[in-house]
Amino acid sequence: MAEKRLMYGNHAIVEGVLAAGCRFFAGYPITPQNEIPEYMSIRMNEVGGVFIQTESEIAAINMLFGAAAAGKRAMTSSSSPGISLMQEGISYIAGADIPVLVVNVIRGGPGLGNIAPAQSDYYQATRGGGHGDYFTITLAPNSAQELFEFPKLAFELAEKYRNPALILADGLLGQMMEPVEFSYDPVDPTTLPEPSYALSGCQGRDRRVVRSYDLKPGKLEEWNWRRHAKYQHIMEKEQRAQAADCDDAELVIVAYGTSARVSSAAARMAREKGYKVGLLRPITLWPFPKNALAELSNKVEYFLVVEMNLGQMVEDVKLATECKNKIHFHGRPGGGVPTPHEIYEKIETILGGSS
Amino acid sequence: MKQIFGRPAGLTDVLQRYCPGCGHGIVHRIIGELLVKLGIRERAVGIAPVGCSVFADEYFNCDMIQPPHGRGPAVSTGIKRSRPDCIVFSYQGDGDLAAIGTAEIIHAASRNENITVIFINNAIFGMTGGQMAPTTLPGMKSTTSVQGRNIKKQGYPIKVCELLAGLDGPYYLVRTSVHDPKNIIKTEKALKNAFGNQIAKNGFSLVEILSMCPTNWGMTPVQSKRWIGDTMMKYFPLGEYRNRAKEEK
Repeated sequence: MAEKRLMYGNHAIVEGVLAAGCRFFAGYPITPQNEIPEYMSIRMNEVGGVFIQTESEIAAINMLFGAAAAGKRAMTSSSSPGISLMQEGISYIAGADIPVLVVNVIRGGPGLGNIAPAQSDYYQATRGGGHGDYFTITLAPNSAQELFEFPKLAFELAEKYRNPALILADGLLGQMMEPVEFSYDPVDPTTLPEPSYALSGCQGRDRRVVRSYDLKPGKLEEWNWRRHAKYQHIMEKEQRAQAADCDDAELVIVAYGTSARVSSAAARMAREKGYKVGLLRPITLWPFPKNALAELSNKVEYFLVVEMNLGQMVEDVKLATECKNKIHFHGRPGGGVPTPHEIYEKIETILGGSS
Repeated sequence: MKQIFGRPAGLTDVLQRYCPGCGHGIVHRIIGELLVKLGIRERAVGIAPVGCSVFADEYFNCDMIQPPHGRGPAVSTGIKRSRPDCIVFSYQGDGDLAAIGTAEIIHAASRNENITVIFINNAIFGMTGGQMAPTTLPGMKSTTSVQGRNIKKQGYPIKVCELLAGLDGPYYLVRTSVHDPKNIIKTEKALKNAFGNQIAKNGFSLVEILSMCPTNWGMTPVQSKRWIGDTMMKYFPLGEYRNRAKEEK
């Protein structure tokens, strides 16, 4: 049986990153993700990888650009203000079609905000985040187990599509301890093939160039249309969501990450009271699991979107369901975390009298 | 017929877009020659900046990457740490290195990152059309200092070699010029040292090169060369600001 350990979510990410065969980390301290670089500095040393504490998040993302362009799996982690600083680099990396992994352990914003858990970087993560037409593959784990497993999935998707990948966690997931099963054999980085774009010296081959610009008239437009086709393909093939008790549901909660954990408890409370409530948990925030929602929209009367923000995912739910249903929202911005009870009360208000 | 002069194999067979009298072409040629002479072309990875020499990714005949403005030293660090056997050089202008990329160059130097930085100082923003650079001389005119740089309002130029020499980290810091043949030969020697240091795993080397920009200086190529010798070199004295190889002897 696979090894099982009680771990902090932030430590589980580190083990997941290393198990995925990544041997390059660059990052800058910021709460609530400091356990990642701290633990990473020890573990990278043990496995002979590269750990760099950088002068800024700007430097960190650009070191990733270099390492990933050199053909290596590379990752950074930060929290909201730091991720904002990285957006220039992420845009260049997306524009150069290079895979990297960025983990955002979201905190309350905007501005310096606070260090409490939040989901208020949803727009930034799912709309590209920086300048230009691009998207980043965005995964939303909801447990330490998934924090361990998603780095590998993120690298695989990032490399398959030559696109940056994000993992969105929050301070609560990062700081809580849960059992983690080391559910797969670690990837030996020396067995990973050299990608076709890797900068490694041009011995025995044509020289390679990694760049995001083309000034020749019409070229960048062509390039962007090609990328558009890639995005369409990803949107079609890579939607992931987990549905619970949705088959007979009158109301389906849509929530990811910590909100999904809390909502799951609220859904149980509602079921105990006889309300037919299900939970749809988006696992990929981009591509958004439109298909699952479109299907549910034909049989469910109500949706309740629960987020730790002012309702950023609501519009994706409306788009996916084509506004056929009654869509409610319960949110806690600025570092607030909803309780199962307050979500239950919201359900009761919506369904009151119908059970 | 015997060929006595030609394009070095370290440069691609592409027409370079630099203006007449520009210093980039001279420095490109030196680097192109050194990539071959030092036998490093096939393990070199170059970093093109943002600015006139953004097109360096088309001109150097080796693997190249074009990162965001000023971030060359960070990208170089990522490549070098991932592939220590590669020879990594970051080619940057004064806006790229001494304005927007100030943090990245200081910290790469401070870490004594084993990379080679080529810093073209022509005291002006070239690509964007002649705006004031962090290295624009006091009194020098630019499109954003049309009366001449006023040190009371716009502050003083940044002397990069002197600044970095205040750090313990860097291995080799030198300022040269390409305004005449004697100084071009000295520049070649400095660049050879800078690549040699990386090959020998000694650490961070930066060669600051005073370079002509006739177009944005509003001068002829000949006037530009004279101006470096008569004026620019007085503010930016040439010479070694750090050479650990000599200190260690």
